[in-house]
Formats: sequence, C-alpha cells, structure tokens
Amino acid sequence: MILDLDKFITKEKPFWDELSQLLLLNSENPGRRPSLDEARRFHYLYQRTGADLVKLKTFAGEAETVRFLENLIARAYSQLHETGGEAIPFHPLQWLTQTFPRTFRRHWLAFVLSIGTFCIGGAFGATALSLNYELKADFIPAQFSHLNEKPSKRVAREEKQDFDAFQGRHTFSSQLMTHNTKVTIMTMVTGFFWGVFTLILLFYNGTLIGVVMFDYISDGQSVFLTAWLLPHGSFELPAIFIGGQAGLIIARTMFGWGTNLKLRQRFSRIRDDLLTLITGAAVMLIWAGIVESFLSQYHSAQFYPWKIGFGAIQLIGLILFLTLAGRRAKPNGHAA
Amino acid sequence: MLGETTSLEVRTPEGVSFSVPIASPFSRCLALAVDFAVVMALTLLISQVIGIFQSSVSEIPLIGPILSDFGAGATILLQFLVFTFYGMATEWLWSGQTVGKRLFRLRVIDERGLALGAKQIVIRNLFRLLDILPSTFYLIGGLSCLLTTRCQRVGDIAAGTLVIREITPRAPEFEEVLLSGENSFSSRPLLEARLRQKTSPEEARIALDAVSRRHEFDPESRLTLFSRIASHFREVAEFPDEVTEGLSDEQYVRNVVDTLFRRAKV
Repeated sequence: MILDLDKFITKEKPFWDELSQLLLLNSENPGRRPSLDEARRFHYLYQRTGADLVKLKTFAGEAETVRFLENLIARAYSQLHETGGEAIPFHPLQWLTQTFPRTFRRHWLAFVLSIGTFCIGGAFGATALSLNYELKADFIPAQFSHLNEKPSKRVAREEKQDFDAFQGRHTFSSQLMTHNTKVTIMTMVTGFFWGVFTLILLFYNGTLIGVVMFDYISDGQSVFLTAWLLPHGSFELPAIFIGGQAGLIIARTMFGWGTNLKLRQRFSRIRDDLLTLITGAAVMLIWAGIVESFLSQYHSAQFYPWKIGFGAIQLIGLILFLTLAGRRAKPNGHAA
Repeated sequence: MLGETTSLEVRTPEGVSFSVPIASPFSRCLALAVDFAVVMALTLLISQVIGIFQSSVSEIPLIGPILSDFGAGATILLQFLVFTFYGMATEWLWSGQTVGKRLFRLRVIDERGLALGAKQIVIRNLFRLLDILPSTFYLIGGLSCLLTTRCQRVGDIAAGTLVIREITPRAPEFEEVLLSGENSFSSRPLLEARLRQKTSPEEARIALDAVSRRHEFDPESRLTLFSRIASHFREVAEFPDEVTEGLSDEQYVRNVVDTLFRRAKV
C-alpha cells in the first residue's frame, strides 16, 4: 500500500501545527504548568503525530515531512517523559539529618579506603622527614612556603602578635573555602580515571599533613599544632575524605565489578549518592573555612585549651552524626 | 567520532523511532568560547562593582578596612560561584542551554532523548573541573568528545547527557513535491493502476525522496540519478510515446510520484 500523501497531509497537518504551537508555548515558558485538559490534548497530539510518523516512514517516506515530524516527536517526547521518575520535593533538614549520613554509611568502605590512603601518605611524609629533614622544603609547595619556617620560631612570633579579628579574615576565609571546595571536587571527579588520581591526590595531601605534623611534633609544638589544626581540620579533612569516598565510588562504577550493567546504567545508579556526598562535603567546607579564618589563626596560648576542646567536640559530634544520624528505629526499638 | 557527526536514535515506548543530530566538537567549542567570554565578563563586572564599593568605604573610620576586606572576600567567592554555577544556572533556566549554546542552537539533553534533570545538570558541570584540564585547555573534555561515538565529554558520560543540534525545520511545502500542473500519465488510468500495483513502498520512497531533495544535488548527479530512476520505472509500467514524448527523466519521475501519491485526486 502506498499512502495517499496529498489527502494524508491535508488531514493531519492541523494536528501537527497544533502540537508545534504547544511545544513553542512550553519552550518559551519553561515553568508553565498546563491544565489537565491541555496536558491530555498534548498527549493525544503526541500520539497522533507519532502514528503519522510511523505511517509516513512505512508507506511513503517523504524525507522532508519525516524530518519535520521527527523533530516534533523528539521535542514532545522530551517534554512528556521525566528522567528520574516522580519528582520528590527537597527538604534540606531531612536531607542533612537523614539522607547525607545514610548515604555516607552506605559507602563506608570507600570512606575507609579514602582515609586509609590519606594516612599512608601521612606516614610516608613523616617517615621521609624523620630520615632526612632537608627534604622538608621539597615537600612543601610554594603556596604554603610560610610552613618552611622552623615551628618553634613561628609559634613564638604568632603568640606575640595582636589578633585583629577582622582584618584580612574575609579574604582568607573566601580563599580557603574556594580552594578546599575545588580540591574536594577534584578528588571526586578524578575517580573517573579508575580512581588512580583520587588515590594520588589523597596520598599527596596526606604526605603534606604528615610532613607538617612531624615537623611541629618533633620541635615540641604538639599543643600549638593541635590548637591550630583541630578546630577547622575536624571538618575540613573529613570533607576531603568524603570527596575521596565519592571519587572511589566513581572508580568502582568505572570498573563495573559484580554487575553486567552498561556504564550509563551504572552511573545513573550512583548519581544521587555522588550529589549527596559532594554537597555534604561542601557544607562542611564552608563551616571549616569560617572556623579556620576566625578561630584557628588566633594563636594565643591561653586559648589553646578552648580551641582544642572546641575542635574535639566538633570531631566527636561529626563522628556521632555520621555514624548514628538517620538510622531508622526498628519496631522493637533497636536501631537499624 | 573524529570529524563525524552522528545522531541519537530513540525508540519511544509507543514504538515510534526518531533521530536527533548530535552536536559536533567544533560547534561545541564555539559555544564554549562564548560561555567563557560571558563568565569572564561577569567576573570582571563583579570585581569592578566591588572595587567601586571598596574605594567608597575604605575611608570610613573603624569599619572602613573591615568592609574593604569583606569586599575582597566577596569578590573571590562570587567569582568562584560564577565559574561553578554559571553552567548549572543557565542550563536549568533554559532547559539545557547556556548563552553559547543558545547562540549556536545547541542543547543538552538526557542521552535517552528525555528532558534534562537537575541532578544531571549539577553532575555534568561539576565534572567540568576535570574536563578543562590541563589548566583550562579542555584537553580531557576535548579528547573525550573526539573519542566517544556521541561526542560526550567526561561530564556528559557521568551525567548521562549529550549535546544535540537543535533543528526547527520549517513545515515542508507539500505542494512543491506533488505536481501543480497536469500529469500526462493521468490520461492512461489503467497504466497508472499498473504502476501503483507493481511499485513497492521502497521504490516509491526512493522516487519521492529524489523529487523532494532534487535541489540539493549538483546538476550532474541530478541528471544521473533521475535517469536511473526513470529507466527503472519505465520497465515497471511502459507508457506510450504520446504520453512520454518531450518529458525529461526528472519530469518522468515527478509524474510517477504524482501518480503514486496523489491517488485520491479526481
């Protein structure tokens, strides 16, 4: 059978024009919510045009009209079908207190691997410095050159300085937040290369911390070091580990162990978790940046116990939050 | 990929198949250059506006230096936010388009042909930090585009998205395809019926395509193509000389198409 093209087009063209108008209206007003009747009409027009396209392709195949109808169907299809199923309203508090810690715990092994790699890097840095102190300058990158100063000298100088609560703090805080956020995102996204660069970044950052810690501890500045790093480090370092955790989740997805799903399907399964983890890490980094600028850099010996106490409480709170928050209670009252 | 622009083939649950042309790496580069210029302009604007604010408050006693430092901090933060969220915000607002993509008629869509989700937008833009490496040369993203069949950068693969060329074809001029004047074959209704009976849908489609796309061929190819199609149809149904006299091969094929597709004409 060959289609009577003339009659067919004359009959169907008004429906195609109507669908085209609706598509134009929707694309010009992305937030527009059509009425139920309009949505039904839109669906009817989509189905009718789809059927027309099939008929044309099968029985006539006039190229220009087929291209025109394909375009209409492609646009209507993308507007009719959702990508992620039913949209769930976002509740920030519920996300923070339930979704984030649950997601964190679901991938605890990746977190352990992340923190483990960092610690191995730290041990490497400390060992290397203990064997050859001259290596210190090689380990410390240019942007942290102030750390090349002998710790006891720096402590003596810092403790004498008057603290100006605001001068330069906003700039410093912004620099820290943006830098640490970039590092965390980078630790995550480099997981795409089968996790190799995620592990390298974690190891490298661990090495730096290891060198600095060994340097200060061996110079007898453990209290200063703890008071300096703990208030912000109790949030900053876990945030970077979480970035590493997300990177290792991506790495596992790239390998595709234990599944025969395609890469596209594997990624669609972890997308929500990645977003949750990286957003959680970003929130932690914002807080860490504020603390580092306005508290950590305040080096007065009389406040060391307060700073250490503050940092310790934060760290314990964070550990409890990540391990306990969002657990569902079982019917018998035990935690799930 | 390497110089080849492919298309996304989609089969809907209703059984309808359609294809969407995928954007070439070159057009994506152009769109990216525009977006880069927009981001640069925005960051420059931010630093200029805050610079004016800083110079106007710096002389205020006590709080002047604090406000000035606040301005410097805000500049760093806002520039970071513009760099990170420009793509996310515009793609969310304009359903998968940035300023550059709008200009070059490109759009990000889900790789199954569906609308773009907010999570996909965030993921593909976060991965931009990886795609732009080394430095800001976009080598990783560029190589990925060239090596994947759907021209996807790393962010697209992770987010399950791809960039397509937007085509809004004009409604076809159907009158152009079918004859407006007299078809000399119509004087031989029995032969016309024979032609219709013996022609398969595939043969009819070839003839129709040739007629509708005749202006796209260069003259030599056009002559060759219509000569071959006409000689094929001359074997299917042989019309007498008085009907075909003076008809060029192209006109012959147009008569065939008119006979095949304008059956209801009385």
